[in-house]
Amino acid sequence: MKRTPLELAQAQPGPAYAVTVDGREIAALPGQTVAAVLWTQGITSWRATRGSGAPRGIFCGIGVCFDCLVTVNDRPNQRACLVPAAPGDAIRTQEGTGHDELGHGAL
Amino acid sequence: MVGAACALYLARAGLATLVLDRGPVAGGTTGAGEGNLLVSDKEPGPELDLALLSARLWHDLAAERGIGRAVEFEAKGGIVVASDAAGMAALTGFAAGQRTAGVAAEIVDAAQLHDLEPHLAPDLAGGVRYPQDCQVMPSLAAAHVVRAARRAGAELRTGATVTDILRAPDGSVRGVRTAGHGDIHAPAVVNAAGTWGGEVAALAGVRLPVLPRRGFVLVTEPLPPGTVRHKVYAADYVADVASGDAGLQSSAVVESTAAGPVLIGASRERVGFDRTFSLPVVRRLAAQATALFPLLGTVHAMRAYLGFRPYLPDHLPAIGADPRAPGLHHACGHEGAGIGLAVGTGHLIAQSLTGRTPDLDLAPFRPDRFEEKSEEEKSEEKKETGQR
Repeated sequence: MKRTPLELAQAQPGPAYAVTVDGREIAALPGQTVAAVLWTQGITSWRATRGSGAPRGIFCGIGVCFDCLVTVNDRPNQRACLVPAAPGDAIRTQEGTGHDELGHGAL
Repeated sequence: MVGAACALYLARAGLATLVLDRGPVAGGTTGAGEGNLLVSDKEPGPELDLALLSARLWHDLAAERGIGRAVEFEAKGGIVVASDAAGMAALTGFAAGQRTAGVAAEIVDAAQLHDLEPHLAPDLAGGVRYPQDCQVMPSLAAAHVVRAARRAGAELRTGATVTDILRAPDGSVRGVRTAGHGDIHAPAVVNAAGTWGGEVAALAGVRLPVLPRRGFVLVTEPLPPGTVRHKVYAADYVADVASGDAGLQSSAVVESTAAGPVLIGASRERVGFDRTFSLPVVRRLAAQATALFPLLGTVHAMRAYLGFRPYLPDHLPAIGADPRAPGLHHACGHEGAGIGLAVGTGHLIAQSLTGRTPDLDLAPFRPDRFEEKSEEEKSEEKKETGQR
């Protein structure tokens, strides 16, 4: 299901550009945050919590709650609701801390 | 935290105990701490003796059903690192002194350092490992110790500001006056008001020069378990703690938490109760932390918080009966070590109030030891007068 306020807002954005979500190419519009790009595609969850692996997406939408964390261009824990999307962005869903390379297992 | 621990040991000693907290539990300095239970940063002397007693009591408490896990107690050990050979020599000497006082301190060479902490900077000279250093989550610790105190019969009233200390004609303490909870009569009052302990003492007409020493803590995004394994700090930290300078001192103290974020302390400055965020201070903390753990330069700091350590001019807390106001007892002024030292303090206060011989000599902690103003205070007063 597409979610977009374009008609309601009578918006006339510039031409679409491409980003990828887990390697799949999708269209984004100028001015959208990463979260808006994902929502437009009907994607509402893009992270699994580090404890129980529960799904997470937008909660507060204003950068406060750190629930919408996502990996953008290999940088984990970006707040999707704040980060502007840019042409060619590689957006990746995130598991846990997004820093698996650092840990050496629980001690 | 100190008040909670006093309540626990007093209630368990069989005394009718009422806890009055101006705010919520852990609303003062406790909620702004890191939860360090350190022996490693203390030189031989009364504070180290109190830290060792407290370490034993924390282990006992953590072993009680439902407490250890709930307060995120971790006997993770500390590692103090030296950046160069001179620092390592000083650290080795310091550790040798501590060992004579009962501290376990193992010299760690540069290669072993990286087995213990794989993400440490590669060029460090070495360090000392302190297996007795532990950690708790301070707000949870205070809450669960209060809960245990209530199970032992203590009563808790939050939002109860003490506005006066009631005294009989002969000068002895008869209880407290509160805003909202009326007069409360009691033969003994324990001042565990932390950084505000001087104000409470003043209500009884006695001087206790507790001053706020501000500290910032940076909080990173959650990192996987095992990224930072011990409490790790630079050897300079010990000198910073011991300093009486009002200006800014900072040295990196780095530890992970059970929830995942890494905490980065520790700055010290005497700026009154100024809660203004200071970018230069947290920038310096971040730079010092990334010098120890370069990987921290690649992760986000999500937020920072600050608190006010209760500082007494000789860096020792005030513990025990105040001869100037019979019935008034103090348990405050633990500076940045209050979470760790709380349980030893509570234990000693309970022994003292029930007429037993305290496990430690309380003379170094005498609350009336500041009758004469120190040179430092005099010069500060002079400065303040000059400014007016």
